[in-house]
Amino acid sequence: MEITFDLNTIWFILIGVLLTGYAILDGFDLGVGALHLLVKGDKNRRIMINSIGPVWDGNEVWLVTGGGALFAAFPHVYATVFSGFYNAFMLLLFGLIFRAVAIEFRSKQPMEWWRKMWDRAFSFASILIALIMGIALGNIITGIPIGPDKEFVGTFWDLISPYTLMVGVTTVALFMMHGSIYAVMKTENELHDQLKGWVNNTIIFFVICYVATTMTTLVYFPHMTTAFKETPVLFILAILNMLVIANIPREIHHGRDWLAFISSSASIAALLALFAIGLFPTIVLSNPNPEFSLTIYNAASSQKTLNIMLIMAIIGIPFVLAYTISIYWIFRGKVKMDSMSY
Amino acid sequence: MDAEILARVQFAFTIAFHYIYPPLSIGIGVILVIMEGMFLKTKNPLYEKMTKFWVKIFALTFGMGVATGIVMEFEFGTNWATYSRYVGDVFGSALAAEGIFAFFLESGFLAILVFGWDKVSPRMHFFATVMVSLGSMLSAVWIVVANSWQQTPAGYHIVGEGIFARAEITDFWAMVFNPSSVDRLSHVLSGAWLAGAFLVISISAFYILRNIHVDFAKASLKIGLSVAIFASLFQLFTGHQSAMGISETQPAKLAAYEAHFDTSAAAPLYLFGWVNEDEQEVNFGIAIPGMLSYLIHGDSDTPVTGLNKFSENDRPPVNIVFQTYHFMVAIGFALIAISLLGLFYWWRGSLFKKRWLLIIFVFSVLGPQVANQLGWFSAEIGRQPWIVYGLLRTSEGLSKAVESGQIIFSLILFTLIYALLFALFLFLLNSKIQHGPDAPKSFDLEEDSLRTKDANKFKFLKNIFKSEAK
Ligand code: HDD
Ligand code: HEM
Ligand code: HEM
Repeated sequence: MEITFDLNTIWFILIGVLLTGYAILDGFDLGVGALHLLVKGDKNRRIMINSIGPVWDGNEVWLVTGGGALFAAFPHVYATVFSGFYNAFMLLLFGLIFRAVAIEFRSKQPMEWWRKMWDRAFSFASILIALIMGIALGNIITGIPIGPDKEFVGTFWDLISPYTLMVGVTTVALFMMHGSIYAVMKTENELHDQLKGWVNNTIIFFVICYVATTMTTLVYFPHMTTAFKETPVLFILAILNMLVIANIPREIHHGRDWLAFISSSASIAALLALFAIGLFPTIVLSNPNPEFSLTIYNAASSQKTLNIMLIMAIIGIPFVLAYTISIYWIFRGKVKMDSMSY
Repeated sequence: MDAEILARVQFAFTIAFHYIYPPLSIGIGVILVIMEGMFLKTKNPLYEKMTKFWVKIFALTFGMGVATGIVMEFEFGTNWATYSRYVGDVFGSALAAEGIFAFFLESGFLAILVFGWDKVSPRMHFFATVMVSLGSMLSAVWIVVANSWQQTPAGYHIVGEGIFARAEITDFWAMVFNPSSVDRLSHVLSGAWLAGAFLVISISAFYILRNIHVDFAKASLKIGLSVAIFASLFQLFTGHQSAMGISETQPAKLAAYEAHFDTSAAAPLYLFGWVNEDEQEVNFGIAIPGMLSYLIHGDSDTPVTGLNKFSENDRPPVNIVFQTYHFMVAIGFALIAISLLGLFYWWRGSLFKKRWLLIIFVFSVLGPQVANQLGWFSAEIGRQPWIVYGLLRTSEGLSKAVESGQIIFSLILFTLIYALLFALFLFLLNSKIQHGPDAPKSFDLEEDSLRTKDANKFKFLKNIFKSEAK
């Protein structure tokens, strides 16, 4: 495969980076949410929520910015996918609303029923969001019906298949694993020990899902592997991915929680990189008529816009990284609650 | 019902709901900067107490703003796909800039503002407050730039034909500084300052009338009032600038605002009235003759373009924009009046004894909220039938892949969820106000002895939510 580093390719990569940032950062707080109901007792649940308290909003901005960048760089992808996946995206939005509100409102009243209600909303919404994102990812792999005018021509039910559901569940499993490691990192004493026990279970759950999904992809969607056959060095990435996943239980065992967290972040990045390489230079595959696919060229904005946006990204990204790193640094260490906590 | 109407209703409903919160966040943000700045300067703990209390209110409105804002970010793609293809090259970059430059700034420093009191030094905390306030204003900058571009497009050219036509950028700065962005941005920002200022004024006046937290309330009210005096006058000025701009860039809109049908000399300015669109006349109205000509051209005899200059299908609906626009302006003058009255009695030293004025202040919080909504409704309905002024019609901007059934489904869900959210928002705002500045925000369930008492108090709500949770 020939790669020319033109603006279109750069924007494909940059949007990939934004969405990877989103998956790594919001991934753990969605995972904490997915595990939330398994934690018992109001105090422990408060610790769970406060472990993501100062950062979840900032994590979500990666999605908002990714969406904005997609709109600007590849407007046809934004338009086709968002209108085509209408019902799914509406459910996603309701999930995002409920989750934000649950975090915000839970602590504001002391009644037991109030807190239990928001606990459920928080947890179900987190699972729903991860599931829908996974299903959307699955559809990008299988391809969706697109017409000559770049419009989606299928129905909602075309988007749901055993395979796309499988990718959805795998995504939930991945985030649960990632979230449990994060929670271990942020907690102490009994809760810490309890969560530590869960890490192994979530890893097993994830690996089973992952192997099943990979096998199915190899058998039914071989187009995702063309790039790897043509450029075998890329297999290194796949192997690396395996290694970082295998590394997680080791680090947990030695009590180096944050290295385990780095490992699972790396595995998310590697997974998404594999996905993006399989896709490139297509962004949305048209199935059954591949000639109508949206690619980094026919779906893009003008060179002028891509260029302006690149300048904005070059100015903005150092700031974004600086804020992100300082926030995580300021709020490092175990959760300590005070009068301002959730 | 057809998809166009439904999509418009849904967009109007979701953005109007979103727009309840950003003005509060922007406005309170500025007031927090003032309060915490005073604390750093005077070291008076009263200011610290004030900052901490208003931060809690701020966090609540901010949370609501985030939850409802994400909907907006996606709604262009879900409901207005053709529009998104058409404008993506121009409009998308403003939206992306909002994310990169504004939302990251806001959300990052918000963490320090709300949770960082014991983690960073007071100076660093103040810096975070300033950054959050700046970020919230920057997000207004970019979104208003994007919206202004669709009102008065500039710095672009059209490529492609028929269904493949779209706008491409030719000059970035001409796009950013399109003819209406500066006027509208200053008007929107000062509308937001008013929203924040009058919320502070309202709650403080309530405490003073109740005779609770009095020192706290008096100091807060003075800060709120100072902002309100400045912003209400600035609002009149910027609104006038906008109207002058529109007379050149969107004459059909201005004519609709003033129900001005025939281009004639000496255009009158209506104070109020009811427009009969068929007869092309204003009933029950009172007008100042020649005033519109005077305001626009500085001369009461120069003609102003009337609606009849435009073909029938290029005109916006007249009565609704006439009413929303006039009501906004009326509220604007009312806000100026009460701000100046407040100033007068403050100067006389009797502000806190004028119970009638304090009672007006308690209700004044609604003024800017209603005016903000009305302002957007006039600006956006006045733009009709164009979604991008003069280039793309609203009816052409829809998503082709979405059917009306789907929009009905999402619209019903939005209505239910937003109604629930709004009720919860008011409930929590109310309980924060009732608790006042000293109350702790969080309680541990196991340790809280008040629990059963509170639980009884909220029994009726409990029943509602029980059925909701199922
Ligand atoms: C509180 C009100 C409000 C606010 C803050 C905005 N608008 Fe608006 N918008 C409306 C109130 C409105 C409206 C009056 O409700 C419209 C006009 C007619 C309609 O159905 O909805 C509308 C329609 C509307 C549509 C759909 C097509 C149409 O019917 O015209 C688009 C794409 C926008 N607007 C774009 C924007 C953008 C980019 C905004 C950000 C600055 C924005 N609006 C802020
Ligand atoms: C259709 C237009 C709009 C879109 C697409 C939009 C998009 C968004 C999004 C996605 C968020 C959440 C960001 C986060 O996670 O922090 C948000 C919040 C916000 N928006 Fe909007 N918005 C629109 C209209 C407006 C307008 C007109 C203003 C102001 C003049 C505004 C000002 C803000 C501010 C200050 C926030 C920060 C959080 C808050 O206090 O609510 N938005 N908006
Ligand atoms: C004092 C008298 C006022 C005048 C003369 C005035 C004038 C205007 C004009 C001409 C517009 C239309 C701009 C356009 O279509 O592009 C507008 C819009 C608007 N107004 Fe006002 N206004 C006044 C008071 C207020 C007040 C008190 C508020 C809220 C606190 C407010 C909030 C808004 C908003 C949010 C918009 C929509 C955004 C925009 O288009 O700028 N206005 N106003």
